[in-house]
Amino acid sequence: MKVRPWRRLRASSRAVALLLLTLLVAPLTLWLASSPASAADTLCLPDDKSACLAGTIRSEEDVVPDAELTVTGPKGFEESVTTSETGKWNVKVTELGAYTVTLDEESLGDDLEALDTVGKTNVAKFKTTRAVVIEVRTTNYSGETSWIEYFTKSAISGLRLGLLLALASVGLSLIYGTTGLSNFAHAEQVTMGGLLGYAVINLGGLNLWLGGLIVVIICGFTGWLQDRVMWQPLRRRGLGLIQLMIVTIGLSLALQYVFQYFVGARSVRVVKENPETFNIGFVELTYQSVAAMLISIVVLGGVGYALLYTRIGRATRAVADNPALAASSGIDVDKVIRLVWTASAALAGLSGILYALVTGNIKWDSGMQILLLLFAAVTLGGLGTAFGALVGSIIIGLVIELAPVAHVPGDFKYAAAMLILILVLMFRPQGLLGRAERVG
Amino acid sequence: MSDHDQSTQLAPPAGAAEPGSTKSDPILVVDNVVRHFGGMTAVDVGHLEVQRGVITALIGPNGAGKTTFFNLITGFDRPTAGAHWSFDGSALDKTSASRVARAGMVRTFQLTKALNRMTVMDNMMLGARGQTGENLFLSWLKPLWSNQEKEIRDKALGLLERFKLLDKQDDYAGSLSGGQRKLLEMARALMSDPKMIMLDEPMAGVNPALTQSLLGHIQALRDDGMTVLFVEHDMHMVRHISDWVVVMAEGKLIAEGKAGEVMANPVVIDAYLGAHHDTDLGDDALLEEGSDMEEQLADEVAEEETSREDQA
Amino acid sequence: MDTVINILNSMAREAIAPQTAAVAIAVIGLNVHFGFTGLLNMGQAGYMLVGAYGFAISVREGAPLPVAILIGLAASVVLSLVLGLPTLKLRGDYLAIVTISAAEIIRFIGRQPLLENVTGAAQGIPGGDYRVPFQDLSFLGAGQTSFGPWNYFNTGVNGWWVRVVAWGVVFLGVLIVWLLARSPWGRLLKGIREDEDAIRSLGKNVFAIKMQALIIGGMFGALAGMIYVLPSSVQPDSMGRQLTFFCWTAILLGGAATIFGPVLGAVLFYATRIFIKGFANATVPDSIMNTQQTEQFSWIVVGVALMLLVIFRPQGILGKKRELQFNV
Repeated sequence: MKVRPWRRLRASSRAVALLLLTLLVAPLTLWLASSPASAADTLCLPDDKSACLAGTIRSEEDVVPDAELTVTGPKGFEESVTTSETGKWNVKVTELGAYTVTLDEESLGDDLEALDTVGKTNVAKFKTTRAVVIEVRTTNYSGETSWIEYFTKSAISGLRLGLLLALASVGLSLIYGTTGLSNFAHAEQVTMGGLLGYAVINLGGLNLWLGGLIVVIICGFTGWLQDRVMWQPLRRRGLGLIQLMIVTIGLSLALQYVFQYFVGARSVRVVKENPETFNIGFVELTYQSVAAMLISIVVLGGVGYALLYTRIGRATRAVADNPALAASSGIDVDKVIRLVWTASAALAGLSGILYALVTGNIKWDSGMQILLLLFAAVTLGGLGTAFGALVGSIIIGLVIELAPVAHVPGDFKYAAAMLILILVLMFRPQGLLGRAERVG
Repeated sequence: MSDHDQSTQLAPPAGAAEPGSTKSDPILVVDNVVRHFGGMTAVDVGHLEVQRGVITALIGPNGAGKTTFFNLITGFDRPTAGAHWSFDGSALDKTSASRVARAGMVRTFQLTKALNRMTVMDNMMLGARGQTGENLFLSWLKPLWSNQEKEIRDKALGLLERFKLLDKQDDYAGSLSGGQRKLLEMARALMSDPKMIMLDEPMAGVNPALTQSLLGHIQALRDDGMTVLFVEHDMHMVRHISDWVVVMAEGKLIAEGKAGEVMANPVVIDAYLGAHHDTDLGDDALLEEGSDMEEQLADEVAEEETSREDQA
Repeated sequence: MDTVINILNSMAREAIAPQTAAVAIAVIGLNVHFGFTGLLNMGQAGYMLVGAYGFAISVREGAPLPVAILIGLAASVVLSLVLGLPTLKLRGDYLAIVTISAAEIIRFIGRQPLLENVTGAAQGIPGGDYRVPFQDLSFLGAGQTSFGPWNYFNTGVNGWWVRVVAWGVVFLGVLIVWLLARSPWGRLLKGIREDEDAIRSLGKNVFAIKMQALIIGGMFGALAGMIYVLPSSVQPDSMGRQLTFFCWTAILLGGAATIFGPVLGAVLFYATRIFIKGFANATVPDSIMNTQQTEQFSWIVVGVALMLLVIFRPQGILGKKRELQFNV
């Protein structure tokens, strides 16, 4: 293969390609799993004695029909296949082993080229479909601008994720600050917001705005109720913080399966329609995600204002600072904590419904998946500080979404968040905005 | 002050009240220990020497930084920068709490850290140094440590007898009274044969009947040749048993000397006694620690209830 | 009546299942962490997964059985060091946050399509890839043996052999923990659980001892993971956070810081769960709760049981009420 211009521009673009490839595998497998009917072109159904190899050839602009591929495999297996109108191809094989798929670059036409013409896979068992990805680009595709584009898109997603995380983590941090409790069930409050959104808006048919408002109110009420019937009595009982933490873990487990009991293990959506999109420059955005970001900013701003300038906000910070002192200076600590639980649950619910809208789906363990990010954000910012949680969330959101830009493949981005968590604990355990604790 | 006449020849020669004065045979030398919390300076001690073999009291008003200073020199907190101090000739800065203790400087805590859900005897046994059985790799072979364990137990029994806790040896430490826990903590510290024992408010929350015996124990330690440094609020106690008094206020050393002289020092009176010159500081201290005592009482009541439930 | 006997039989089968034994071993490890030392390890399933991967991959790549076991254990030691070094000097809940996160990340990474050739991605590693050397060790021979409700092949994939070995390891684990707990080292652990500053003030290296406890408990976790996968396959999703929570429920059920509590807790936990499922299946009509939902219902009961246990009987079945095993 001759050296392409874009390849000269970025020496490490092979890694980028690898990454793009991984990014593309996920939707592809989704397609393979969810809708065999849509692959109407020529369907390959694996049975007990066969397996399928399949894939879609697409460039960054469109799918590529009529591309020619050759599949070779064990025992001299060789078969040629041409992609369909939708760029799809598949081959049925009857032997287990390693297969190689080679794209005939000539068949692409002059304005397309392949990043790597060869794709490999290993068929380990029958009755499965293996996805093989071969990445194709237009010849005028520039690695340089694409990187900037990629970076910008990721940065915007990162900011968006950060804002959504912030909605949830501010509450987590406030609960920690006022009660000393690490609430492992906070993530389930997020899930609850998304699933209630599904129930009220998708199933109930309510208007999105009205439905969203109702969901947030219900979520806030669950927070109020939790403190009323559980946390406050347990505090009065003098249950230790570690016991309380284990109680939150039990609650988290119970709630997850309550969700699964009613909704099942499938992903659901808050709105039925696909979101409408618009473009700013080369960045494509959905109206929903822009609205989600704006709502987050306004709400977070409101929370910040309330904490800084209102009586109840100052009382909250006083309780977080020193509950005994706050109590002795006439602040009703129980009332403040009740409010914190209510507000935190409402914020988490808002975060959940926005998360479900932005990512397009929510399921019983969605919250649990971001719990790690919430804890990383809160620890990074400084346990117990609301503003620290905000800063930490934005940073974690950016790291998560920008990690693929920096050649961190797939779910390894969570490992990046973990790495940050560990580094923070090693070098600045009180977090970015936290104060060092007094010992003894 | 007649009760410690026999020890005056051990005390530093001069009765001078210069803070940071040199001693003839210092066991602990502290230089430039500074600790900031946020913008506030909690401790800023330029120079301090503690004489070997005497009882030194560290006094000062609330918030003077006495406990923080204790935490710093025992490795439980880190000075902000540039500190240097040494114990018995070896440097201690940048040393962890456990190494400080191993160097022979063992402390107790203001809020007693008796291990409540372990027996008094187990508490004592933990104090002993250099136990073979505490090595993970040898711990599962009982013959390797059973003899040593017997020796440690005997030593613990001796100390428990001295501190009048012998009949409590199989009780949970949590079931002891506040004062008994203080005694236990002190006895446990002695299990490691320290060169210097540092007591953080040993009399706080202790009922008056036990206070006298505590004082007796502290003096007995000094008579055995041990160095004692203690933090205290209660002026009467300080007056009774200390050979030397160091005064801190707002994180700084402001005076040191014999008890009588220090208490007559106008600087001390200003800083420490302040507007409350006429009031009895001892009472103040007791009042403050009252809540602590109530807590301990509540704990004990709860403990008794649980034990009753258990029997039922 | 038949239903009752069926439920009792399946409870009995579940009680001695190799996976119950595996969880008992994991709980023994968790007991070293939480029960004796007060360490909040919320990622015991992560240790199990690491051990299972280390073991299964080594055997598949041709390592002899003992070497593979050592590699699995070594992997857990590395994990303990990575998680312990930054957190063991800090307040307890940091370890909880880091362990729960690490366990999830290990699972995510194991599922990575990029690692398909190593971990088998989401499909996992089939048992046949690593089971053979273990089965070859069996001296029980071929055939089938019946004993009450228990009827299994002597060797087989999921027969008597793996049961005998698994419960043998449980017994060894109990023995080791008993030896350690009665020693001065065990006394140190309890002291650290009670108040680590006090132990520090007595000149003990608290950090090192906590690290030792973390490593030992983690090694039990890794061993548990190896046994857990022997009769089945290495499935990253079967060793997720739920499994950690089972371990916690089991330890609180049996009694933390007791010698037999973990084993009793694990057996009771699994038998009870089967009972709840069987009972709900038999009594509640499908229109109210279908089979899928009884499964979920049993998990909800686990979560609620965990909460109630902590609140009302934190000492568990075998624990002494006077010696409540928590750092308050």
